[in-house]
Amino acid sequence: MNIAKLKIASFDFTCCEGCQLQLANRESTLSDFLELLDIRNFREILSEKHDDYDIALIEGSISRQDEVERLLKIREQAKVLVAFGTCACFGGINSLKNRFRMDETVREIYGDMAIETLPVKKISDVVKVDLSIPGCPVAKEEVERIIVSLATSSLVTLPKYPVCVECKQQLNTCLFDLGEICLGPITRAGCNAVCPTGKTACLGCRGPAEELNMPAFLELVRERKLSHSDLQEKLAFYNAFEPVATDET
Amino acid sequence: MKRDFALDIRHLTRVEGHANIQITVRDGQLVDARWAIVETPRFFEVMLKGMSAERVPFLTSRICGICSISHSLASIRAVERAMVIVPPVVAEKTRLLAMHGETLQSHALHLFFLVAPDFAGTSSVLPLMQSHPDLVRAGLQLKELGNEISTITTGRCTHPVSLVVGGISKAPDKQRLFHLRTMIQESKPALEAACTFFQSLIIPDFSRETEFISLSNGSTYPAIGGQLLSTDGVIRNENDYLLMTNEYTRDFSTSKFTRLSRESSVAGALARFNNNAHLLRPGAREVATSFGLQPICHNPFMNNIAQLVECVHIIEDAEELINSLLNMELSEIKTAYTPKAGAATGAVEAPRGILYHHIETDDEGKVVKADCIIPTTQNNGNIHDDLRAIAAQGLEEGKEDQEIKKLCEMVVRSYDPCISCSVH
Repeated sequence: MNIAKLKIASFDFTCCEGCQLQLANRESTLSDFLELLDIRNFREILSEKHDDYDIALIEGSISRQDEVERLLKIREQAKVLVAFGTCACFGGINSLKNRFRMDETVREIYGDMAIETLPVKKISDVVKVDLSIPGCPVAKEEVERIIVSLATSSLVTLPKYPVCVECKQQLNTCLFDLGEICLGPITRAGCNAVCPTGKTACLGCRGPAEELNMPAFLELVRERKLSHSDLQEKLAFYNAFEPVATDET
Repeated sequence: MKRDFALDIRHLTRVEGHANIQITVRDGQLVDARWAIVETPRFFEVMLKGMSAERVPFLTSRICGICSISHSLASIRAVERAMVIVPPVVAEKTRLLAMHGETLQSHALHLFFLVAPDFAGTSSVLPLMQSHPDLVRAGLQLKELGNEISTITTGRCTHPVSLVVGGISKAPDKQRLFHLRTMIQESKPALEAACTFFQSLIIPDFSRETEFISLSNGSTYPAIGGQLLSTDGVIRNENDYLLMTNEYTRDFSTSKFTRLSRESSVAGALARFNNNAHLLRPGAREVATSFGLQPICHNPFMNNIAQLVECVHIIEDAEELINSLLNMELSEIKTAYTPKAGAATGAVEAPRGILYHHIETDDEGKVVKADCIIPTTQNNGNIHDDLRAIAAQGLEEGKEDQEIKKLCEMVVRSYDPCISCSVH
């Protein structure tokens, strides 16, 4: 099948660049994946820069005024602006900074040096987001699937059900049965339950599942007499559950 | 000839993160040459405050998308030393194997995606897929092997899942370890192809005497923990990392600078090599010799070659670690512990050099103070000074502006800077 290549650009803001690095992973499918793309701007791997892209992948959250301005400019150009990864979708781990006063935070790290930093924002706090791909980092298989959907003008979808479903499919022992709080029951699937499969708790990097039963989840935590502060620490980790946490716990 | 010349590269490409190179020449005199990092700070040391120690490695791994395993292990080592926790042998071997995977992936990414285009005269790896398909295939094969090692040992190649305080949360699957051993066998021609390609390149002739700092344990090529050693003869214990780094700020950079015996120093593959060359595996030593690389080498471009030498070492070492894990019962993987108060430093050799995490906890095991000193931070001073020296040398040799620009970009890339990491 002959399909037009997607004119795509990748931009990073306040982040670790781990999500864009995933684009170069899954080496065995890489050349087929790149066949679908006309990469117009991607500073981390490409020296040439062009501003005639249609799709903009935005990685990271926003924590400085120059980032706001850069993002607004990208929004003007992009037909499809993608919040790429957990920092872009929810603010991510960077949001943990927002618990502290900005001036004290700067002083603690840089002393008297003048450093600008704003409370962390997610991308949709600044511009309209057309598509969100969550994950810390994003799952390359899911990115491949979405890129194929975009290239063929098909509907882009994410799983609505929670990580728990994927975890059960892999016949893992439930971490709750091992006495640990796991956010798998309330987090959107699509990661193949990679954390609970590795026997560590899901911290909710993909944000709330659409088919979500928060009261049942909180009841589970209460019933098993698990630590309230541990629950709060986990819910706050990626800033993806904040509203639910303050309402119901 | 009196000449004016200004180089102002905003957001240097083919490096991780955002930084600028600025050089000013007036009447043939070098006025200024600087390495200015403009990356947005994230303030991890503040974010860590109040966090339970068990969660720390899951946060610090997010400092870097390329060397997340190193960050995770530096934190784990700091916490384990602070709380006097001894991880089981299986966990130690698995962790070392995981680090090997990460370093192989990182070096392959740097050598083939970021550095090779400079030597081939292309703007990225994409044209090389057409012009040098075998080379790109070799690079991808080595990168894939690195990622596969990390995935099998930690659950995922970026932001590890099963590296935890006390050990590992899940043992690597033996079937998958067998599969890794096959992948390693199959990777050897790729490694040879990489060596042949780099042998064919002309490495720029530039040297500036400096100080190289790495871990050293006297018996194996360094990876996790050990003494802090410099080529100027400084030796210190891990917990004395502050005396080895002397971190300070400069007003044009959001990334800090460090110094030891001189104004600048170097961490990374070349530093590890300069301090520990005799501990490399035989195959790696042979490759070093074939490139004329011997300690103490002061040419920063040879850091690329030192990375290639380390790829050879890692693959040989990984094979032995896998064999040893295959011969063990992989049941005892985690030491139980009760969180408590303590303070210690964890130092590891990340792909780009020595990485320090210092963690202090309260009685409940919550973080009261954290400090992370990143390899690229330790290289900022040297990159800065090299830019000045290489621009001056280029002017003296009457090189064209474009040639000087290219050399400046290349010398920075040879350090493989990880900028968002350094502005954590």
